[in-house]
Amino acid sequence: MALNADATGQWSGPVGPRLVVDWIKCEAHGLCAELLPEVVSLDDWGYPIIRGPVPPHLEFLANRAKAACPVLALRLTRTRTR
Amino acid sequence: MTVTTTSAGPATGTFTARLLAGLPADGRVLDIGGHLRVHGLLPEPRAHRRGEPSVIAELEAAGLTGRGGGGYPLAAKIRAVRSASGLTRRPVVVVNGAESEPASRKDSVLLAKAPHLVLDGAQVVADAVGAREIIVWLHRGPGGGPSGARTAVERAVAERDDRGMVRQPVRVVDGPARYVAGEASALARHLSGGGARPQTTPPRVSERGVGGRPTLVSNVETLAHAALIARHGADWFHQVGTPEEPGTLLITVFGAVRSPGVLEAAAGTTLGAVVHAVGALTAPPAAVLVGGYAGGWLRPTEAWPVPYSRAGLRSVGLAPGVGLVGVLPADRCVVVETARLVGWLAGESAGQCGPCLNGLPALAVGLRQLAGEVGRAARATELPARLARWAGMVDGRGACHHPDGVAALVRSLLSHFADDVAAHADGRPCDAARTVPYLGYLPLPAPDPVARLDGALWR
Repeated sequence: MALNADATGQWSGPVGPRLVVDWIKCEAHGLCAELLPEVVSLDDWGYPIIRGPVPPHLEFLANRAKAACPVLALRLTRTRTR
Repeated sequence: MTVTTTSAGPATGTFTARLLAGLPADGRVLDIGGHLRVHGLLPEPRAHRRGEPSVIAELEAAGLTGRGGGGYPLAAKIRAVRSASGLTRRPVVVVNGAESEPASRKDSVLLAKAPHLVLDGAQVVADAVGAREIIVWLHRGPGGGPSGARTAVERAVAERDDRGMVRQPVRVVDGPARYVAGEASALARHLSGGGARPQTTPPRVSERGVGGRPTLVSNVETLAHAALIARHGADWFHQVGTPEEPGTLLITVFGAVRSPGVLEAAAGTTLGAVVHAVGALTAPPAAVLVGGYAGGWLRPTEAWPVPYSRAGLRSVGLAPGVGLVGVLPADRCVVVETARLVGWLAGESAGQCGPCLNGLPALAVGLRQLAGEVGRAARATELPARLARWAGMVDGRGACHHPDGVAALVRSLLSHFADDVAAHADGRPCDAARTVPYLGYLPLPAPDPVARLDGALWR
């Protein structure tokens, strides 16, 4: 658990960008949750649950998760969109 | 059956006919002559103010928001389309008359009775964004035939043509009668040659819609209000309704009421007054459905004093959705009805997004177990918690808002009918749910076997 995490394991320090899932592309490969468990967990069917914004010190891992997605269903954004 | 009055708390409400003003008493359409007598000519687009047509500021001051379920401010939508447009990127206006909600009639009534008001509104926004084409988007009728509203719209367009009143050519398109086919990105995709399934945003249709062009999609009722605001101004619009939510809205009232139908009420009119206006109840009520099938349930006593407005409905965890109030009589079960609705809504998923594709059927099956339709589930007492968990797992997790709506419906059942839900989970269903055979109450469209077989689902 990260140092700045609250009781639920959610990062509570300064926030970075947000991971956004393209739900039409996503096929529940689950690599994002493997690479970035601090931010991404999986639902009952294997699709990613983005628990919050990416903490700044994990940004490069978020970029790796984004690049590792077999169907390129992830993007990082600093504006609030779905 | 005994007749119980609504015993509505404060039965406060105003029923001002604006959109439905001057309709012939015999139920016929308000033709062009009648339309001009009642409403007068649409004013010419006036001078620009701050570099844009003045009607945009008027719509903004009026505070007109979308009446198709989204509630997005029309002026902001117009500005988004304008900023994405250019001389080589002419925008398109789509009049959204799909009205996918199975029990809703407000849009089809408006198109059938007062089509000119809708077409006026389409012209107002087409002028405001500089569009040269207007498309009226409807759902095909039963069996894939023409939509019910098509004739009225085409006749109205012909009447306007005869009088030289058509500034932008109007095309009427009947799309597939699927629930999500009325969503902006879905209809834009269909009108661009694809299947009518929602698309990932961004880009929004305001940037890239029909044929890649900036597209303004607006509900028919919203446009009819815009036609009146262009005539009478924002101050006039504010004369009824609440300061936060001015104007009137169309509400479809159905179920255990004496004369179901569409009425026009000032925003903020209580649900009790709405039901009273259609002649009160024909049976003791079990539950009230508000906003649509992807809306939410309220207990009757709790529903009556709630104002039909964003703020009023938010206070009980709901949203206005499309104007809809349905009264479920006490001889039917709110758990069984929710199971029916969610089962149908699950089948209406476009099947593109994992959480919706998996979660909606999971919710539907869980609700059928709760309703006692598919035998006792293992660990049935955990069903409510499981349903709440799955509702959380579909909410906000799709390209469109379809799963969000289903989550809202399920959550309203779990929170407002917690006792009934717990009793069902305990194996003690209500008498209504044990009635054999149980006749489903809320109307659901019959599945179209032909459309399903020939793969033409989305075309």
